[in-house]
Amino acid sequence: MFGYEFMREAFIASTFIAITAGLVGVFVVSRNMSFLSHTLSEIGFAGASFGILIGISPLAGMILFTMVSSVAVGSLSSESSRREASISAISSLFIGLGILFLSLSSESSSYATNILFGSIVGISSKEVHQLMILALVVIVIFIVFYKPLAFDSFDHIGARSAGLPTRMLSIAFLVTLALSVSIGAQIVGSLLVFILLTLPGATAKYLVHSVPKLIMVSVGLSLAGVWLGLYLAFVTNWPVTFFISAFEVIAYFLGLTYKNWKLNH
Amino acid sequence: MKGQLVIEAKNLTKRFGKQLVFKDVNFKINDGEFISLVGPNGSGKTTLVKIIMGMEKKTDGELLMDKSQTVGYVPQFRNVDLDYPLDIESFVRLNLKFTMNPKKRAENNVIIKQILEKTRLTHLRKRPLGLASGGEKQKAYLAQALLNDPQILILDESTASLDVEVKMQLMDLVQELNQKYNLTVIFITHDYDLTKKYTHRALFFENNTIKPISVDEISEAMFE
Ligand SMILES: Nc1ncnc2c1ncn2[C@@H]1O[C@H](COP(=O)(O)OP(=O)(O)O)[C@@H](O)[C@H]1O
Ligand SMILES: [Mg+2]
Repeated sequence: MFGYEFMREAFIASTFIAITAGLVGVFVVSRNMSFLSHTLSEIGFAGASFGILIGISPLAGMILFTMVSSVAVGSLSSESSRREASISAISSLFIGLGILFLSLSSESSSYATNILFGSIVGISSKEVHQLMILALVVIVIFIVFYKPLAFDSFDHIGARSAGLPTRMLSIAFLVTLALSVSIGAQIVGSLLVFILLTLPGATAKYLVHSVPKLIMVSVGLSLAGVWLGLYLAFVTNWPVTFFISAFEVIAYFLGLTYKNWKLNH
Repeated sequence: MKGQLVIEAKNLTKRFGKQLVFKDVNFKINDGEFISLVGPNGSGKTTLVKIIMGMEKKTDGELLMDKSQTVGYVPQFRNVDLDYPLDIESFVRLNLKFTMNPKKRAENNVIIKQILEKTRLTHLRKRPLGLASGGEKQKAYLAQALLNDPQILILDESTASLDVEVKMQLMDLVQELNQKYNLTVIFITHDYDLTKKYTHRALFFENNTIKPISVDEISEAMFE
């Protein structure tokens, strides 16, 4: 399958996407932000359509929309319950906007399908480079803020009590989340990018119990999902997103079963 | 140094908007003391501690602190549910400073080992915190707060909702730290027996004031 240029590109792009999604996902789960990452992907869809409408790239439109909205969320109240209620109202508005932008633009509907459901064909090497750079930005932010971010994500009250700048950390995290949603959507599509951003992290939680191990397992599951997905999509010509989501969901339930089994033994 | 003044409030006042919490409060806390903060719910104990920690602003007056002293704080509420992913050792580790330096990393491992021993958690270090008992959780919070070797320890209702026996174990441990390492302990509690048994002195919160009292002056009526 590596005989094809587009498969090589897709493979490299997915590898970077999987690493960032697996890494960020551990923190999405520990910060209870699965819901927000779902909404951000819907907002990303609107951003991509907006990008197409005004003639910038869908990726740029997506980054624009997700960044602005995640920073807006970060400066709102920090009570997650209130956050969820107001966010879910906004998210449906954005789906509507996305559909509007697409219908106003002259692009064919296949473009919409690609944004929503992802695609492995048609990624140019220029886009691969963009994705790699963005993924590296996310990874570097994580390395720089690793300790305080882990403290805040796994023990927010403790981190505040120890005097950490939790507000600033929260915004830094939301920026990386926005970037991850935008780059992840390029392969799995905005409809299902939250799967990569939440399920591997949630599965890891059932298997291991330290921050570095959670990251390793989550990144591993994320990589396994996209690699296997790419291979099976290549062989069967079925959509890659189907295989990725099927793999991650199965892994999740196996993890859950393992945890319950362990609790009873 | 033992007996030296570490915290002093002078006419300290705190309001939340129009609501007065306490007004013109004066007290001193000395190095090596084991002092309890007692008084009804809502009388401002947690608020005072947050002012000491710099997490809440005072409205008026002064709060003087010895700058050479660092504070470890075990807050009143923590969100650790049954599903909480980290084990006890990883939870304690969260408070370590980041380092890539291999020598510092090795030192950190020694610090973790020592703190787990001090708090009698060594055999429990691999247990997921979510599955730990109430007393084990409190010991883990304590260990995390003690990680950077503070001179002052603040416990906000750490013994609430623990069985009598477990309470005593935790307090024995804190007492040992107080005596052996001269740790200053500020202990918020609603427990008359523990206050009598372990603390040297108390600050009594009532009617928007804070009154320093001796152990002998502590009465059961203050805990109703
Ligand atoms: N952030 C806040 N904003 C407004 N009021 C507060 C805040 N924190 C505490 N209070 C109020 O201040 C009073 C003292 O609270 P607190 O210090 O938590 O009491 P205690 O710890 O003694 O039970 C209470 O009436 C409480 O409702
Ligand atoms: Mg309180």
